Amino acid sequence: MVQTYRDHKSRPIVAVTGIGVISSLGEGRQDNWSKLINGQSGIHRIKRFETEGLRTTVAGTVDFLDDVLAKQSGMSAPALSLEMAKRSGLEAIAQSGLSTNDFPGALFLASPPVEMEWQHRFKLHQETQDLGGSGYERLIAGAKRQNHKSLYELLQFGGIADNLQSEFGTKGLPISLSTACASGTTAIQLGVEAIRRGETDSALCIGTDGSVNIESLIRFSLLSALTTQNDDPTKASKPFSKDRDGFVMAEGSGALVLESLESATARGAEVLAIIHGCGEKADDFHRTRAKPDGSPIIAAVKHGLQDAGVGVDGISYINAHGTSTPENDRMEFNSMSAVFGSNLKNIPISSNKSMIGHTLTAAGAIEAVFSIMTLMEGRIPPTINHNNPDPDIDLDVVPNVARDTNVATVLSSSFGFGGQNACLVMGIA
Amino acid sequence: MTSQEVWITGVGLVSSLGEGADTHWQTLSTSPQNAAIVDVDSFAPYPIHPLYEVEWEKHISRRDKRQMDLWQQLGTYSAGVALEDAGLKDDIEQCATMDMIVAAGGGERDVEVDTNVMENATGKPDQDKLLIETLYNDLRPTLFLAQLSNLLAGNISIVHKVTGSSRTFMGEESAGISAIQTACARIASGQSTHTLVGGAYSCQRSDMMLSFELDHLLWDKAPTDVWSRAEQGGGIMCGSVGAFLVLESAEHAKARGKTPYAKIAGVVADHGNRTSEAFADRLEGLLSPLIEDESKELISVLSGASGTKQITDAEQALLTKLLPDNAKRAYGSLLGHGLEAQFPAGIILAAIALSNESFYPAFSANEVPSKSTPESVLVSTLGSWRGEGFAKVTKL
Repeated sequence: MVQTYRDHKSRPIVAVTGIGVISSLGEGRQDNWSKLINGQSGIHRIKRFETEGLRTTVAGTVDFLDDVLAKQSGMSAPALSLEMAKRSGLEAIAQSGLSTNDFPGALFLASPPVEMEWQHRFKLHQETQDLGGSGYERLIAGAKRQNHKSLYELLQFGGIADNLQSEFGTKGLPISLSTACASGTTAIQLGVEAIRRGETDSALCIGTDGSVNIESLIRFSLLSALTTQNDDPTKASKPFSKDRDGFVMAEGSGALVLESLESATARGAEVLAIIHGCGEKADDFHRTRAKPDGSPIIAAVKHGLQDAGVGVDGISYINAHGTSTPENDRMEFNSMSAVFGSNLKNIPISSNKSMIGHTLTAAGAIEAVFSIMTLMEGRIPPTINHNNPDPDIDLDVVPNVARDTNVATVLSSSFGFGGQNACLVMGIA
Repeated sequence: MTSQEVWITGVGLVSSLGEGADTHWQTLSTSPQNAAIVDVDSFAPYPIHPLYEVEWEKHISRRDKRQMDLWQQLGTYSAGVALEDAGLKDDIEQCATMDMIVAAGGGERDVEVDTNVMENATGKPDQDKLLIETLYNDLRPTLFLAQLSNLLAGNISIVHKVTGSSRTFMGEESAGISAIQTACARIASGQSTHTLVGGAYSCQRSDMMLSFELDHLLWDKAPTDVWSRAEQGGGIMCGSVGAFLVLESAEHAKARGKTPYAKIAGVVADHGNRTSEAFADRLEGLLSPLIEDESKELISVLSGASGTKQITDAEQALLTKLLPDNAKRAYGSLLGHGLEAQFPAGIILAAIALSNESFYPAFSANEVPSKSTPESVLVSTLGSWRGEGFAKVTKL
């Protein structure tokens, strides 16, 4: 029976045995799923900071951990990203039945690039009033005078992974990564590859992002990437609609426990889904725009299908990147049309981002979790706010209402600034 | 699964000393003890090893260069040097299937804008409102992209057309270790045939000096070598370093008739407890298996030690215990500490020495001369805060 544990390329088959998620909809897979299936939006007016003067005042921030963070180091992107990753990771590991403090495999973490934030600069600037001088010279002089070890550690790029490794006891050197908005997908891909190489029987793959703050919002705003439809926050994210005008920034975390099917079976674990394949291809056209002919996106999806050993008739549902920007949704439609041809009209394709917004670094992982729940439940979450379809995008977007149907395989795709294109093909256990 | 040998077929090292394999070999193999280039003024009291004057147009067009700050320029340029050295620059077909793993931090901030906000808004009742106004008016949209970690890889794709895959690892020194380790594992297992891997660090930026000084990690006295700094309380001297390699499976390199510098015979890495006794045990457990099959006298060591006291001392104790009589060179004494680029830079220096069938003379007065020509070079990098990695680079 050894054969059944190997895929079409004789590699170990990779199973998913645990999933966990946090989004603006709430904490945990059941809470998120029931809201997602009901077409509920988690997008709301920003309360975290002053929004007067901001062109976009809505987001999918995760606000329900504010009290928890207040008792720790306070609100910051790394602190929130870590807290969400801990919670989604714990949910996933607990479901898998593996040890939650001596996890047997490695950690692959998609986390936002950390930076000193304005609250820190303001504080350092204030505590150095007596020093004179200006700008960074003054802050450096202040840092020299007084130790800020905890701030140093908070701002290390490897800091979130370090904390997660201590928490869960993952093995080896954890990998922190960023492929922009494809990061969550890349984290899963790295875990799949490590298991296929036979380096490990299990991997903890997490994507997390809690980086909605004034500066991050303005940076995306200056690139004209964000929606400015602030009137009704729940209606702001409308992927594939004619009047879409940008994405909604959001926060959250998704976690997956991956295992070789052989080791999961041997220990009697429940297998939730199989990761059949991964594909990627970088774009060399532009820093923020995709090559007009979509060839890198097309190649990434084709590589994913080839890696999974399925044809264009082998995908039953597409969990879209679907950001609600004019460019992304059009490019995605064109590219999927090029890959799937006439099959595309028979493939439902919906965007979770219509409800949870764009969770950036975490998106690929969160959407993989929702894709797996779609496989397990036989229900496809809708694309909400779909009242004014874009006539140039002829897709079955599962408009507004969830659909009950058997789903055997899902393609989940992610595209990011910097020419990042990655996708996963997942199937029922 | 048959295991492929991982060959180093191209190197791109760019530092205060210049660029390329030959320049670094000439400088470091002749009289290295007088070779360090140090700038004691620009970031006084912290001495640094500044980037040499690069002719950017050799590998980056003016138009593309304008989209980046120094960190991304240095990385993109070093990648170009590596590709050219491998004979793959402008080879559209090979680059289109070439994988890429980049070890990255973040890009430079706009110091002027930050200073304005601090001066004008700090502590004011409408602090956030002033912040919003200033950022909207003064932030350059392209600067965001120059700051994004994965945009170094993005720029390499655009400038050099490397598009097989693109992954960016973060996490200071660990990012460089994981990048090399993952690239090697993928090639050895057949998941990749050829990979561009490396990182870059530009130290000429006050935002990063601040980051290090938050934990008092910087050396602020007269410039001296890594080991002497550790003896005198410890401290990092940063350096601007771009370090990229082209790694290929033996099969892929042979098929195109490319002679390698050397092979990467093994990489080990870990992350964990650094309390003194546990740390020593963990390091020994990590390193021992990597060198146990070697004739010990044929190993030389390139240490990426940064000069912080506890970590440099721990590494020195480990190397003294396991390889007591072997030549050890701390390359940070000459290049400075290159953070994400530190481990890749050490691997490049190892490859250059092995292909020259020689080793480096002492980089400082406290290092002992080589007794033999190495068959293998052990490269070490222990993160200033977290993460440890060793690689064994072996002659072919």
